[in-house]
Amino acid sequence: MATVAADNVLFETLLRLGDDSLILGQRLGEWCGHAPSVEVDLSLANFGLDLIGQATLFLNAAGAVEGQGRDGDKLAFHRDVLDFRNCWLVEQPNGDFAQTMARQFLFSTWQELLFRNLEGSADETIAAIAAKAVKEVRYHAELSAEWVIRLGDGTEESRRRMAEGLEWHWRFVPELFEMDALATEAATRGVGADVSLFRADYDRRVRSVLAEATLAAPKDQRPILGGRRGHHGEHLGHVLAVMQFLPRTYPDAVW
Amino acid sequence: MAVIDTDALWQVLDGVPDPEIPVVSVVDLGIVRDVTPERVTVTPTYTGCPATLVIEQDIRAALDSAGYRDVRIETVLSPPWSTDWISESGKAKLHAYGIAPPSDARTATCPQCGSVDTEELSRFGSTPCKAQWRCRACLEPFDRFKCH
Repeated sequence: MATVAADNVLFETLLRLGDDSLILGQRLGEWCGHAPSVEVDLSLANFGLDLIGQATLFLNAAGAVEGQGRDGDKLAFHRDVLDFRNCWLVEQPNGDFAQTMARQFLFSTWQELLFRNLEGSADETIAAIAAKAVKEVRYHAELSAEWVIRLGDGTEESRRRMAEGLEWHWRFVPELFEMDALATEAATRGVGADVSLFRADYDRRVRSVLAEATLAAPKDQRPILGGRRGHHGEHLGHVLAVMQFLPRTYPDAVW
Repeated sequence: MAVIDTDALWQVLDGVPDPEIPVVSVVDLGIVRDVTPERVTVTPTYTGCPATLVIEQDIRAALDSAGYRDVRIETVLSPPWSTDWISESGKAKLHAYGIAPPSDARTATCPQCGSVDTEELSRFGSTPCKAQWRCRACLEPFDRFKCH
């Protein structure tokens, strides 16, 4: 991407934030009624609810910035896969419970640091959403870290599954810290975060939890990038097919 | 048009129950941030709380039926809501209803028997704002409003 249209930076920044929350919230919703215990079921449903709440705020704001009459629902339910700006990590399938928790741990640890940073955003809406949501995301990061430790330092079976979950998701972490032209422009204007600023903090946190879980960090793999520019894996289309079916089939349906 | 008395508006709002925990009002919970003759300012508790929209509709209905059709409702996110904004009377009502109110104490006081020998079962409960606890003395489970 050579140049970034000036008025597009804020819109795209809001889409990236909102789509991460939306897709992971939808993924977690798939667990509803299937989690290992009722307490875990409630936890995952609550995580999902928090994330959908964030998505609603970010995408409504994106629609307002765009000024073409699209609101959060319109952006969530009436965009195609190439127009989604979420990272690859959040669209990954739930797998087993360990894989879901590995994904959550890697994402929420990052999102907490991101929102802490965005509390100081020059865009008032982003700053307000980040300040509001960071308190909830801290819970997500803590609870998923507890599960990484419990399963990693658990039985042979739980340990194997958590190691596999981390191994699978490891290749999607570099994308969280990618600073492409748009992210750089957003950071320069003070509306978006310079994610490179908290990479060291992130690595330290992740490694400290893995150490407590008696797990070795997976070997670095070839990173997979492109979600922020609409290049997604095979999974996102399936997520959208389920999520968007009803409003696309019945466009006049209201809540 | 008669001058609108904000005390009267507060009174109307104090009659609007929280849809999830109807024993407390939206004023008790600190959801109502500010009241002027033109505008009622509200703030959501949790980002994804499904009650947010219902609360706004309930406030609208209460204002309309009390004759305040021209008073607008505005939602603000900043500063973010915190459990510190729950009034003392709101906390007492929660306790009487069987929900341990938020507090800085490490353990909750059992709303059934008053024991402090309690433990957290799960950080997430039936709504985003509550955690599941259990009393070791009377063995009853109960909800605790999370400090937030």
